[in-house]
Amino acid sequence: MIVRILGEGQYELPETAMTRLDALDHALEQAIEASDEAAASSALAAIIAEVRSSGTAVHAATLIPSDLTVPHEGSTIAEIEQLLASESAPDPATSVTEGA
Amino acid sequence: MGVMKRLTTIVQAKANKVLDKAEDPRETLDLSYEKQLEQLQQVRRGVADVATARKRIELQAQQLQQAAAKLQDQARQAISQNREDLAREALTRRSGIATQLEQLKVQHDQLVQQEERLVATTQQLQARVEAFRTQKETLKASYTAAQAQTKIGEAVSGISESMSDTGIAMQRAQDRIAQMQARAGAVDELLASGALTDLSGTSDPLQNELDKASQQGQVELELAQLKGQLAPPAATGELATGSSAPATGSESAESDEVALGELAPEEGTAETPGSTAPGTSQAGGGSPAGDLFSLDGGSGS
Repeated sequence: MIVRILGEGQYELPETAMTRLDALDHALEQAIEASDEAAASSALAAIIAEVRSSGTAVHAATLIPSDLTVPHEGSTIAEIEQLLASESAPDPATSVTEGA
Repeated sequence: MGVMKRLTTIVQAKANKVLDKAEDPRETLDLSYEKQLEQLQQVRRGVADVATARKRIELQAQQLQQAAAKLQDQARQAISQNREDLAREALTRRSGIATQLEQLKVQHDQLVQQEERLVATTQQLQARVEAFRTQKETLKASYTAAQAQTKIGEAVSGISESMSDTGIAMQRAQDRIAQMQARAGAVDELLASGALTDLSGTSDPLQNELDKASQQGQVELELAQLKGQLAPPAATGELATGSSAPATGSESAESDEVALGELAPEEGTAETPGSTAPGTSQAGGGSPAGDLFSLDGGSGS
């Protein structure tokens, strides 16, 4: 299982770590929905700590897509929501490049 | 679906849009290599931009420190002149600077963090671009094999994702710089308006007050000295020259102190008969014109 921490890089994690990671991901999602900044911050910190401790860093030159992506360390709810919002609305910069 | 899965879809889709232009996967490889080189340039510029922003904040902090030190001096000066009101004003402004400095520190820390991350991103990107350059030639050479096509697809997805990650990192750095510039602009305005620095200038009422108080103190001191000098001769015939003074300096009749001050050199020369000789030579030579601006110069030598 390949997990990317945005702004940091990729880690290879054993399947056994996924249960803990799923629970933390769920906690993060709940915190975002409840706009609970403190809970979101601690859930994100826990996810990042889990990925770093149970995973091994993938070399930067390795070209491999990730299975999961973790927001940047220290992200706020607003920043995470901004990232997730680009799901529905395509990045205007990319669209312009495409059209050109 | 969890946050992490959704993010993965978004991040991978972002750069894929750019790379999907090419029909032939081999072209995609070349295109993505070019895109990565472009991005490497951008990230390097980004590092430089963040460093510039950081230095600007450091410079501002230095200016604020100087302003604070000056205010501290002014407060001390005010206390020595028994002007507690002015000292209070100086210290109040100084605490305002301390608040500004605290806010600048937060921004500075953020920029330092951004800079470190972007430097790390640059190094990763550079390693990736170099490795990719050789990998893509191998992949292109074995393109006909079905297995290679899968590999190309995977490599391109991997590149897309990391390019998109780098793009987001750049965006974040730019956001931080924009935030910092807004704050730095506000501090610059404060500094330019003279509210914080330029305390030695005439535009600063606090310094004006202190200067005035200091001047008054000096005048009082000189007055006391003069009175001390004049006291013994005043009892004798010297009183006659003293009384003639108001007549000559009648234009400035506001106060006796001014008249006494103007008299000082005359009194000096009159008291010491020996000094009349240099006095006449001064008038003839005219060379020591600088002495005209010095109150003590004439009678001292």
